[in-house]
Amino acid sequence: MRSSRALAVAALAVATATAAAACSSGSGSSSPSTSTGGSSSSGSSTANVTLTWWNNGTNQPLLGVYQNAIKSFEAANPGITIQNVPIQNETLQKTKIPLALQGNNPPNIYQQWGGGVLAQQVSSGKVANITSDVSSWIGNVAGAQGWAVNGQQYGVPVDLHVVGFWYRKDIFQKVGITVPTTIAQLESDDSKLRAAGYAPIAVGSKDGWPDAFWWESFALRDCSQSTVTSDIAAKNFTDPCFTKATNDLDAFLNTNPFQAGFLGTSSQTGAGSSAGMVASGKAAMELQGDWDPSVMQGVASKADAAKLSSELGWFPFPQTPGSAGSQTAVLGGGDGFSCTGTTAQVTACAKFLQYLDSPAIQDQLVGVGQTGEPVLASQSHAITLPATQTASAYLKTAAYEQLYFDTALPTKPGLNLDAAIANYFAKPSTSTASAILSSPSAP
Amino acid sequence: MSQRTATEAGLGPAAADDSAAAGPLRAHRRRSPKLIKRTELTILLAPGLILFVGFVFVPIIIAAYYSFFSWGGYGPLGPSVGFKNYSFAFHDLYFIHAIEHTLILTVLSVVIQGPLSIAIALLLNRKFFGRTFLRMVIFAPYVLPPAVTGIMWNLMLQPNGFVDQVMKSLGLGGLVQEWLANASLTLWVNFVVLTWQYIGFGIVLLLAGLQGVPRELKEAASIDGAGPWEVTRRITLPLLAPTIRIWGFITVIGSLQIFDIVWILTGGGPGESSETIAVYLYTKGVQATDYGYASAIAVVLFAFCFVFALLYQRFALRRDMQGALTREVG
Repeated sequence: MRSSRALAVAALAVATATAAAACSSGSGSSSPSTSTGGSSSSGSSTANVTLTWWNNGTNQPLLGVYQNAIKSFEAANPGITIQNVPIQNETLQKTKIPLALQGNNPPNIYQQWGGGVLAQQVSSGKVANITSDVSSWIGNVAGAQGWAVNGQQYGVPVDLHVVGFWYRKDIFQKVGITVPTTIAQLESDDSKLRAAGYAPIAVGSKDGWPDAFWWESFALRDCSQSTVTSDIAAKNFTDPCFTKATNDLDAFLNTNPFQAGFLGTSSQTGAGSSAGMVASGKAAMELQGDWDPSVMQGVASKADAAKLSSELGWFPFPQTPGSAGSQTAVLGGGDGFSCTGTTAQVTACAKFLQYLDSPAIQDQLVGVGQTGEPVLASQSHAITLPATQTASAYLKTAAYEQLYFDTALPTKPGLNLDAAIANYFAKPSTSTASAILSSPSAP
Repeated sequence: MSQRTATEAGLGPAAADDSAAAGPLRAHRRRSPKLIKRTELTILLAPGLILFVGFVFVPIIIAAYYSFFSWGGYGPLGPSVGFKNYSFAFHDLYFIHAIEHTLILTVLSVVIQGPLSIAIALLLNRKFFGRTFLRMVIFAPYVLPPAVTGIMWNLMLQPNGFVDQVMKSLGLGGLVQEWLANASLTLWVNFVVLTWQYIGFGIVLLLAGLQGVPRELKEAASIDGAGPWEVTRRITLPLLAPTIRIWGFITVIGSLQIFDIVWILTGGGPGESSETIAVYLYTKGVQATDYGYASAIAVVLFAFCFVFALLYQRFALRRDMQGALTREVG
């Protein structure tokens, strides 16, 4: 009896050892970054460091710009290897990064969007404080404070964004309409476009956050900057101006401005996406960030993509005259990266981020890459796309730029807000509308 | 002690193979057949047991433990909130809707897929030209990975997509809908796609069951004057009942947990109109990083499945399981 028990223990031990060996070999093979990492080097030395880089540059032209940046950086910094891992935006942002930061092997350089979400990621204890690594040059980087938590730099932006309308000049001309400056004009343009057989405005409601751009844009027009800031901080939109914004949006939605089946449309995936519809001329315009031309390039046919440079225009979110908010405020944000890993990896990561923020790479990012605004004000001349130039010029005159609400809020309140707005788009009613206002504070 | 263990560890595999058993070993066996049986059981059961405990039992316990915390996934577990996650869950309209959607899908699966599977299986059990081909066609969707099914139907159901074009060319253009965008329709669209994917499974299961219905019984009934309908009702269906009950069990548990196709097809949307429990669990847990609350939802989902499984085994499968779970037979 005793020996059989001993045997059972032996069998269990063998099985456990086998399982453990299998597990460890599995995780080992999936973590090239740590195996070649900085154990051999520490401090400021960056000899033989491998960094994995998670970003959303899955399509050309951005993919090519990132690949070239890696090549030239590696050539200038022997010993540092960067593995590019482009991941589809929604998956990257909502699934891969949160999970990776809970695990023990997060990517050494990963994309994030600053604000409350970054602050929450910092609480994982895995995001490196790179304040001292970047102190010599961060002063030149516009918007860098959005990637700081409690005065410490936990990330660096590489480009900035502004949200507005991307429209087809050729369609506007054909239908005989001009760029609207008020919501009333936008509504009148919409009806003419619909009469001419176009979907007036495309929106990718399947993703949720494009819906949120609409509600947030109305909120910027109807609420003062201080109200927006304080209610985001309170995670509760109690000020009556947000109810007005919801009512304004409701009235606008009643004019049926979007494409047929917009609730099932994704924003960035494939030719049927909202970006694809504008690129192919099925829809006349879209409220999106200035990454949109780059997305359109990726999902459009070659012929359509070639036309975009000359036919794409930009205008800011129309005004709602008589409202309490700023009529020139814009919604926006930026793409940034944070570092994780050993001291050597973090040092190398910071060095790479400095390289991405150098004038040469900034030129490529906003020029060929069409990512939006450079973080170096001196490089805005590198923007080649006329529509983005318009957006860039407008940003300089805007009253202020408000970070997207879902990013300014921590992860859960932000996603709750997006979900509540998407739910309101799906089933507009007084209950879904009022649910938006308290959604960030829902437990 | 260690020497003895080593000897007997070597004994196990040899004892498993009768033809290889040599003289001295036989003596061992005669001495303690129970020991050998235990050794065999240990070696054969240990891997499965370890996997079951490690990947089923422990995660369930951990999820139940997490559900008492309000935890964002980062840093140490905490703070503890007691039963707050549970009390909130049953006041959370989104979650209640997700339960409703899941139950609708489950009931529809049983009520519609069941009779449909039985009818098609009975039909395919008859001999006619092209039977093998038809069986293959009907089973084919089940072989597709659900992710492929989801993407394929997502493309076909786009506005002016394949489905719309086919309907228009059949003169049914007036019935065309915004399949994936109409909030009051998406749940039903999901059900149709789920049926498309899984009905083949039910049919194959029932066809296998039909092979166990003795032909003599049907022939005897016919000779006694029973018509085809009566033969089906009084002979075939009662003998097929154990298979139908098993199909019902698999279908209900599968429907309660449905995630993949719904996630890809509509993402639970528009809004929350087609969110199932598993989809809601994923958005709350992985996306909103609210692990405590998501764990509470997971425990509720587990409780649903567990209670159903127990009740179903107790009342529906009791006769089918005799011998497997009880000592009354065999």
